[in-house]
Amino acid sequence: MTIELSAGFLPLTDSAILIAARERGFAEAEGIALDLVRETSWANVRDKLAVGQFEISHALAPMPIAANLGLTPFETRLIAPMALGLGGNAITVSNRLVAEMRHQHAFEMTDARGAGEALARVVRTGQAEGRKRLQFGVVHPFSGHNFELRYWLGASGIAPDSDIEIVILPPSLMADALASGQIDGYCVGEPWNSVGVASGAGRIIATKSSIWASSPEKVLAVREDWAEENMGTLHALLRALYRSAEWCGQPSNHSELAALLSLPNYLGQPSSVILPALDGSILGDAGSAASSDFFQPHARAATFPWQSHALWFYSQMVRWGYVDHTAGHAEMARRSFRPDIYRSALAGTGVPVPSANSKVEGALTRTTAVGASSQFLYLGPDGFFDGAVFDPDRLDAYIDSQKP
Amino acid sequence: MNEPLPSVLIIDENATRASIIEAGLSAAGHTRVTVINEMHGIAAKIALHAPDVIVIDLENPNRDMLESIFQLSRAVKRPIAMFVDRSDKEAMQSAIDAGVSAYVVDGLRQERVKSILDMAISRFNAFSRLERELEEARGALEERKVIDQAKGLIMKSRGVDEATAYKLLRKAAMNGNRKIADVAESLVMSARLLGDGDE
Repeated sequence: MTIELSAGFLPLTDSAILIAARERGFAEAEGIALDLVRETSWANVRDKLAVGQFEISHALAPMPIAANLGLTPFETRLIAPMALGLGGNAITVSNRLVAEMRHQHAFEMTDARGAGEALARVVRTGQAEGRKRLQFGVVHPFSGHNFELRYWLGASGIAPDSDIEIVILPPSLMADALASGQIDGYCVGEPWNSVGVASGAGRIIATKSSIWASSPEKVLAVREDWAEENMGTLHALLRALYRSAEWCGQPSNHSELAALLSLPNYLGQPSSVILPALDGSILGDAGSAASSDFFQPHARAATFPWQSHALWFYSQMVRWGYVDHTAGHAEMARRSFRPDIYRSALAGTGVPVPSANSKVEGALTRTTAVGASSQFLYLGPDGFFDGAVFDPDRLDAYIDSQKP
Repeated sequence: MNEPLPSVLIIDENATRASIIEAGLSAAGHTRVTVINEMHGIAAKIALHAPDVIVIDLENPNRDMLESIFQLSRAVKRPIAMFVDRSDKEAMQSAIDAGVSAYVVDGLRQERVKSILDMAISRFNAFSRLERELEEARGALEERKVIDQAKGLIMKSRGVDEATAYKLLRKAAMNGNRKIADVAESLVMSARLLGDGDE
């Protein structure tokens, strides 16, 4: 018997696991017919999940947390039983701004600290000369993009809400907005950085992986009540997506994956602008030693929904004033990510799954073997560029330390 | 006596569809209806018109931007609640099926919004139906053209008149259990491939 599941996705490279699950037969092998529906906004994804047009969706990692904290229009509870990879974003700025940054301070694309220093000097010069504030675009307030951009700015001595301005724009319009001078830079998922570079609108100045190594980005979002009523189906789906992630992570499959994603009903962009994020060549020469760091769909527990990731996003939602910090809110945020479901789904498959639900973020400076359900599992590096450490057991202290 | 009907802002990059909704609302007695087809500077436009209800199509990629404008109430003086009626799942469902969403200024009574949303839903559905019909009409026209071309080819190569050419075409279609237009299309295509279809 085949079970039909309707899944929403946005045309982004990190929808790869869902697309390959359908196109390479991993879903079918688990008895699931995956109907993939391309969406134009995250608001549509949220609405269609809420009314049940979608059973599952590609979603921004903070979206289920925001939904459960009552920060979105619907009272629908969403959970993330799986992550859809690590990394995959970058910050692109206009040619004019990159020239000015380099003039102020030399830096490489994998050097978030250097790029931050250069931008801070440009911002201070601009303030001294009374120039208009720089504008940066992100796709959604509750997105990894918004929070990693803000983290990077904050740690570089730039106040995101007063020294510059952050505006919301759809990913597909970012490159045009940059080219027309409407914005000065943007933080977005691939392929929209590569599209901006290919169109000549700007240059990549920093990557998500250089701001926070092995950091969370998209998740699989499902309604909590749907998950409870369809746990068997959800388990089968997670197994299918795990196998798909494994396939996506194989370097020998990258060209085929890029070709698949480039189809008009998926990303509709040339595979030549999609491939660099998959094979790491987006990092240029600097990235050859660390090419799997830019976007990682499988290795290093890339699909495990760490509750420490949920809590970090929560800490940033508190930091930037989206929600008040209470023990209840923190618990709600933590429980939005469901490693227990992930673990049950993969039990008996021999796949190594982390034994813990949370980890200290920023503790690993290099790839390290850790305890897992079976075999060894390699994690990290997972450091923040400024050397700070996030210990989910010391959430209050972390939130306090980030107060202005 | 009656309080004035709520003011409505329609955001739709499809100008035809927007004007269809506008016409419907005017006919229902709404005097304060504004249509915006262009997203540029949307925050300022919303602040200027201060609408009670905002109707937007779901294909518009700028919904996330619009919602963030509502969150930053600096741009919009009055708080805007999000979707029409969170408790009325059926209304939400039919709006989403029709491809439309609405945002309402906080505190506006639901029954005053319902008729606006119902109008938007029915006009969106009517528009989709029209588009489908237009698509079919266009398809029919294409079929007509290709059948004419095929008839011309048969007339030329067999030296027969138009009626006979059509009969031959119909016979081939019946024998192959295919549509006449499909047979005509393959004929025109193969003629083109063989270099004989130039007109």
